[in-house]
Amino acid sequence: MSTLTVDQSREREGLSRRNVLKTTGAAGAALLVGFNAAKAATATGEQDEKDAAKPHEKKAVSPFRSWVRIDQSGQVTLLSGRSEMGQGISSALPMVLAEELGVDWRDIKVEQAPNNPELFGEQGTGGSGSVAGSYQILRQAGAAARTMLVTAAAQKWQVKPEECIVSNGVISHNGSSARFGELVEVAATLPVPDLKKVPLRDPKDFAIIGKENLQRKDIPSKTDGSAKFGLDVRVPGMVFAMVERCPTFGGKVKSFDAAKAKSMPGVIDVFDIPAVDEGVHSWGGVAVVADSTWRAMEARKALKIEWDLGPHAQESSESLRKEFRRLVDSPMKVVYKQGDTEAAMAAAPPEKRVEADYELPFQAHATMEPMNCTVFIEKDRAEAWAPAQGPEWVTQVVAQVAGLKPEQVKVNTTLMGGGFGRRYQGDFALEAAQIAKRVPRPVQLVWTREDDMTHDYYRPASYHRLSGALDADGNITAWRYKSSSTSIADMWDKKSPPESSELGLFFQNPYLTKNYQLEYLPVSSGVPRAWWRSVEASSIGFVMESYVDELAHAAGMDPYEFRVKQLGNSRQASHVADKNEPALNVDRLRGVLEMAAKKGGWGTPLEAGRGRGIACHYSFHSYTANVAEVSVDKGNIRVHRIVSVVDIGQAVHPDGVRAQVESAIVYGLTAALKSEITIKNGGAAQNNFNRFTTLSMKETPRMEVHIMPSPHAPTGIGEPGLPPVAPAVMNAVFALTGKRIRRLPAQASDLG
Amino acid sequence: MPISFELNGKAATVDVEGNTPLLWVLRDTLNMTGTKYGCGIAACGACTVLVNGEAARSCVYPVSGLAGAKVTTIEGLSSNHSHPLQQAWIAEQVPQCGYCQSGQIMAAAAFLAKNSHPTPEQVDAAMSDNICRCGTAQRIRKAVLRASQGTGVRSQGSAASSAESHVAGGAQ
Repeated sequence: MSTLTVDQSREREGLSRRNVLKTTGAAGAALLVGFNAAKAATATGEQDEKDAAKPHEKKAVSPFRSWVRIDQSGQVTLLSGRSEMGQGISSALPMVLAEELGVDWRDIKVEQAPNNPELFGEQGTGGSGSVAGSYQILRQAGAAARTMLVTAAAQKWQVKPEECIVSNGVISHNGSSARFGELVEVAATLPVPDLKKVPLRDPKDFAIIGKENLQRKDIPSKTDGSAKFGLDVRVPGMVFAMVERCPTFGGKVKSFDAAKAKSMPGVIDVFDIPAVDEGVHSWGGVAVVADSTWRAMEARKALKIEWDLGPHAQESSESLRKEFRRLVDSPMKVVYKQGDTEAAMAAAPPEKRVEADYELPFQAHATMEPMNCTVFIEKDRAEAWAPAQGPEWVTQVVAQVAGLKPEQVKVNTTLMGGGFGRRYQGDFALEAAQIAKRVPRPVQLVWTREDDMTHDYYRPASYHRLSGALDADGNITAWRYKSSSTSIADMWDKKSPPESSELGLFFQNPYLTKNYQLEYLPVSSGVPRAWWRSVEASSIGFVMESYVDELAHAAGMDPYEFRVKQLGNSRQASHVADKNEPALNVDRLRGVLEMAAKKGGWGTPLEAGRGRGIACHYSFHSYTANVAEVSVDKGNIRVHRIVSVVDIGQAVHPDGVRAQVESAIVYGLTAALKSEITIKNGGAAQNNFNRFTTLSMKETPRMEVHIMPSPHAPTGIGEPGLPPVAPAVMNAVFALTGKRIRRLPAQASDLG
Repeated sequence: MPISFELNGKAATVDVEGNTPLLWVLRDTLNMTGTKYGCGIAACGACTVLVNGEAARSCVYPVSGLAGAKVTTIEGLSSNHSHPLQQAWIAEQVPQCGYCQSGQIMAAAAFLAKNSHPTPEQVDAAMSDNICRCGTAQRIRKAVLRASQGTGVRSQGSAASSAESHVAGGAQ
């Protein structure tokens, strides 16, 4: 018996593509349509042949992430390198495949792809890219498989393939019909269609994609306790571990006394694990291993540890703020310069100059399921069960710690109790591996909420100074932006300039101005930071859209009208720093803005005591706009309603899109109104939900999400709903009170 | 010292330190992982179960206090998603990551047992101490109201479950 694979190689830069047909031994015939493994542009025909014979030996990483398998029972399996963290891709991806293949999407089994980058491409779930990055290839895969199955049926019945009808996994022609499974063996021997040319359904004929009333497949299991998250992994013989880490970032264990902890019931071992800075930035600490989570927690409390508090023990939010301001007050690195902002500013009358400083704090991800990972290391193999956005990274760190090759490590990606960027990290898997290396049993490392909140990789803290000027007609004549932050690139990507991770849409400002200048310098900090839902757009969206509002008011114009005018005529706003970034389409941004104004009742009378604000933003190639309605009572902002419009190209699962936008709104409101991480004595001052507070149900506004009909290919929606939340709300607060909130989260004292 | 209580209608006996929170007894001793750990200080509600019909935060509920009590967890609601809250949760497509939802549903169960026809404001007040970082509160509110009104389940659109197509051209 043979397994047939269709292997489309594709170079990242759109160089030559090729289809390779190959036959490999496997149990049972199956039709496998997949996409894998680009090779370098140096590939020759001869090399292609060689690679075709050895599919597992390819070197380069593919941008493709999915693999389709149909077996002789007719079961369709989608192997996905993307992880389900609540965003609904375990339903959305089968919908895309089923649309072209001609099966009931609910019958498609989704399997987490084995962690094999050569075969399945780079794995990782982030950048709002799971549907966007899989849409075209899943359609092609579905169409190719369907074409091959239809050809097999047509040959069998001696009829024309185009006369065959495909429905629900059955191919029929007049009186004849055959199930996919019956045709797989023959189909697998047929030539593979050119995946670039295989005919795809016209979107107007879509029966699944974009349709309403499709219920996610994973939801029933999330109402009865049966959905298994990382902490729910149960492996025979497993033990439980906790790590006490230094309360200051960068501190280390000087000495520790484990005598009492070791004498406590159920305790198996206590030992220290080192910090690993290279590539992971894990903290190290003292590990306690016990036969239950609670016993590990109890024994941990009995540890006596002397810490070397490290070089950042004096750091605080105040010290960082002082440094931000010192830098912004000084000459900074000019990142981009167009025209002459100084001359344009000088030429403007003082009342048409607008200067404002904005500030945003560190934010924790605070996923409901704290970090955890289960690892079992044996002599020549290791296995991990990880709620991970980056299972490849988990493989690497476990292999590294275990002294094994990556192919000796099996990683099972579990469901995740929230991700938001936090679970892209490798630290929790590395710690679990460090402990499992010493304990010859499966070890579940459990982080407490306190561990999770005080040892996150936070959204950076940042400080922004904007200055600009307007002419008599309300046009922006100058825009100067100076900012400083605890740069992500400065911590993770030293090869790139520190500003590369921090300036977001300022690199692609959609508003018209001839004189434009960007300046930046990072502040050195021991506080770990990384990717938090919508990353830098979470800060830049607030800063940019609040400032545009300030400009509108200075121009004496309606904030909505001002935006429409300053977005200008149809054009592409190209990226000034990264030429590979697609250009922002101003029409699409104006489109969501206009629809938000219409749906949000912009300009219509409001209930007494209410204010209305508007904002729009472009991130992750998606366009979003919000209209917010607020009231303010004794300095407390109450958000009553948010109308959100998104243009994400073709929406695959509209209810899933709405859910993601609702989620981003609430996440964004929490950061705008409630939560922050402040730094005190070199560590996080908030360690649980009693201090890091979140938006409650009674504070949750009525949310209405509208999806712009669009002919474009899908773009992401996990993150882009967030950036225009805070500015829409604070612009509404200004409209109501005349007070401009320039520091998040909003404080009652700022409105007093 | 062994402690006996009723768990989802069945007798359960565990022998652990008396200060062990019910949460860890459920998860580690009894391998019932539907009840979740979120904060350990009764601040998030992910661990909510019913003890003698009242909502309880199992992460701070010492098992020693449970002798003879009746405990209901998410696993005890129904064996087939037939409980009105489960039906409503599915109909409103509430969960995203799903991690907090066991606690949300159990909190709603305790609430509706006392107030079977609440107003939206009463739902807000009752459910505001349960945290959901995916931001599903709007859908939870609707689901609790739906369950209280017994409005049934939105049926799945069957027309849009499968693609039907003519194949244009053969394989080549």
